[in-house]
Amino acid sequence: MKKAVFQILVFSIAVSFFTFVQTTFAADGYDPDATIKIGSMTPPVSLNNVGGAGQGITEAFYRNVYEPLMVLEDDGTISYGLASSYEVSKDRLEYTFKVRKGITFHDGSPVTMEDVKFSFDRMLTEESKAARKSDLKKVVDNVVIVDDNTIKVKLKRRSQSMIYFITYIEIHKKSAKDIESTAIGTGPYKLSDYKPETSIILVRNDNYWGEAPKNKMVIIKYYKNNSAQANALRSGQIDIIVNVDSPEQILDFKGDSRFTITEGKSTVKQVLAFNDKREPFTDVRVRQAISSAINKEAVRKATWDKYGLLIGSFVPPSDPWYEDLSQINSYDQARARRLLAEAGLPDGFNFELITPATEAHQLSAQAVKNDLAKIGVNVSIKVIDPSAWYTIVFKNRDYDATLQEHVNDRDLIWYGNPNFYWGYDNKFVQQWVIDAEVADTEEDQIAVYKNIARTIAIEAASSWLYLYPQLRLSSATVTGYPVNAKNSAFYMGNIKKM
Amino acid sequence: MNRYMIRRLTLLMLSAILASSAVFFLLRLLPGDAALTLSGMEATLEEIEATRRQLGTDKPILVQYFHWIWNMLQGDFGISYLNKLPVATEIKRRLAVTLPLSLSAFVLATLISFPLGILAAVRRKSLVGIVVSAGSSIGVAIPVFWVGIILIWIFALVIPIFPAGGFPFEGWSEPWEAIKSLVLPVITIAIFMSSILIRYVRSAILDVLGQDYLRTACSLGYSARMARWRHGIRNAAVPLVAIMSFELSTSLLGAVVIENVYAIPGLGDMLLAGVINRDLPVVQDIVFIITLFVLIIGFFAELAQQIIDPRLRIIPIRSRSAAGLMVEDKLSQKTHPDPGRSKS
Repeated sequence: MKKAVFQILVFSIAVSFFTFVQTTFAADGYDPDATIKIGSMTPPVSLNNVGGAGQGITEAFYRNVYEPLMVLEDDGTISYGLASSYEVSKDRLEYTFKVRKGITFHDGSPVTMEDVKFSFDRMLTEESKAARKSDLKKVVDNVVIVDDNTIKVKLKRRSQSMIYFITYIEIHKKSAKDIESTAIGTGPYKLSDYKPETSIILVRNDNYWGEAPKNKMVIIKYYKNNSAQANALRSGQIDIIVNVDSPEQILDFKGDSRFTITEGKSTVKQVLAFNDKREPFTDVRVRQAISSAINKEAVRKATWDKYGLLIGSFVPPSDPWYEDLSQINSYDQARARRLLAEAGLPDGFNFELITPATEAHQLSAQAVKNDLAKIGVNVSIKVIDPSAWYTIVFKNRDYDATLQEHVNDRDLIWYGNPNFYWGYDNKFVQQWVIDAEVADTEEDQIAVYKNIARTIAIEAASSWLYLYPQLRLSSATVTGYPVNAKNSAFYMGNIKKM
Repeated sequence: MNRYMIRRLTLLMLSAILASSAVFFLLRLLPGDAALTLSGMEATLEEIEATRRQLGTDKPILVQYFHWIWNMLQGDFGISYLNKLPVATEIKRRLAVTLPLSLSAFVLATLISFPLGILAAVRRKSLVGIVVSAGSSIGVAIPVFWVGIILIWIFALVIPIFPAGGFPFEGWSEPWEAIKSLVLPVITIAIFMSSILIRYVRSAILDVLGQDYLRTACSLGYSARMARWRHGIRNAAVPLVAIMSFELSTSLLGAVVIENVYAIPGLGDMLLAGVINRDLPVVQDIVFIITLFVLIIGFFAELAQQIIDPRLRIIPIRSRSAAGLMVEDKLSQKTHPDPGRSKS
């Protein structure tokens, strides 16, 4: 009898314990084996991130399929990835990384230091078109294998941004074949299917060394048309739209409790780039005049309604040297007219604004044209398709001024390259760009970059109209996706679906 | 007949090569370069040149051209400049979507437009005829993508019967899902296509209705309906076959707008992406294949015309003039010899 009572007691305690756990689980509510469907309009140009530049491959693969030694998070901080620790030599010319033990690639083979060295080397070959290749080439001298889980990176010169550059180096398997159609990484997801320009399917890696993803499968569907994408969200074919590229798209979903709209910070800057090597933009006063004549708040509003942010220079908020410089060359048409008169153009002048054919650019171009007309500057807007932009502007430099969006973070250094398409040639800035990198401390680096940002702002090397908002749309049952965008990375491991 | 076939086939191949050659040279006139798309903003001008060397786009145009022709003749359709995957594989995948889409739309449009076109012609003075005729005018005028959006709204969003777009990844291995995703696109294209065809059918039938030989057939004892059927429609069919082959050909790539609205991975969509990215192998290969398709369709259309109309069953040059003699009276053949026949 006593035994039976005891057993019943144990049983009921067990039952209530499980019920308790179930209820807690249900209260948190998500399905750990859910399939998340994502809609995007930037398909990868190629699965090989060294074979072709592009946002699409970062969005799909960074931290999801491939992982670096150090990871760049959405808020701009850097955390440990495959590396468990690192040391910097006294002269700061050697970085020694300890790689976690026991990590395997998706095909089961162990990660060796040959693979890690290969991952560095592949970024720096002549054919490589990897992001940050030029930065890495200036800095990295050699990569040396120390032992089974230690690797040493030797530098040509000191670099404050070294750890940041490391976050770009994904660890690939040296002997991997068919890298154009398959992917062998170490990440929480494996590539299961790839249909070019159409879809990518990722499935959870059950042998992942780190924290398991909170979903089982992710399907990324690529659309070429905003309304097709919106319809897919509305009918439940997708759960998330990764990037909303105009405020009109949100109108339909506002106030509908079945959907969530998130606004985060992007790193995409809308730049009105003058051809600094072409008259009259060779004259600082003319550039300052144009910049001051534009009501940037109104341009932002015309394009993005209540979203987006004013920036005064080429620095997004997630860069360590960000400060709000929007008061430099701020909206002041009287000042603009004075400057133009000083520069010998009291009656204004005409120029052609090359505008890539996307909605945001065209809206902004129109707003700019209206503002400049008030000070006698006549803008003729020439709309071209984005691939033609590369030839006409980027390669041939055959333009007066152009609008363009610049997606990356930490790209202030391009103003230190006199051969970049905007042709800004300031010897001080060029020197500072080098100084910032070899600075003794991070604080020094930040101070120098802030100086650069202020200088190019004062000299109106370009006019930075606004920072794009990062708008994402999702079904209300889906949470955990990144709100901010850092270089189009989109980590999927925390996405939860009820 | 053999020489005729060989000549036709040779002409076919030559036309396909000529058409894609035209595209080949025209494409290279466009500004923009796949090397630039691949290189991104960080690349220096030297690096861009290096990429062009890798792709082979730095070689003289004629060299690139012969390279391409040479490979094609050996069955090598090349690889995409961008994703480095074989173009042929991707084209096959896309054809598996576009061919059923276009063919089904074509069949549906034919099934709709023939009866309605005949109705519109025969009953042209009554309300039915006028309504059909007006309807077809409206169908031609309305932008096809708008029709698509409306259909999605009604039949996918408001009444969720069909998917709002997309094509299942499993492709045709899930036949029911695949068919469901093609229903609305097929209907959208068919509405547009049949609006055009109805007008042609109506006009062809009208032409034929006024002919003397129909009256003669009636006087010989045929009922009005039989006369129309045996003589009317057969005569009307020949130019209609030509129109239909034209419609089918254009629908292969013309579906690109619908593919965009419904997010379907079809051939037109691949071609569009290729043009935007200046992915020349993709564009050239698709144009070549489509040209082949168009020519083959044209070839079969001519065959069909010759089956329908015995007067056309002659060697090439003469069949052209015979087709031009569409309004020739069957009866008058006995008194006025067929100029075509007498020259044999």
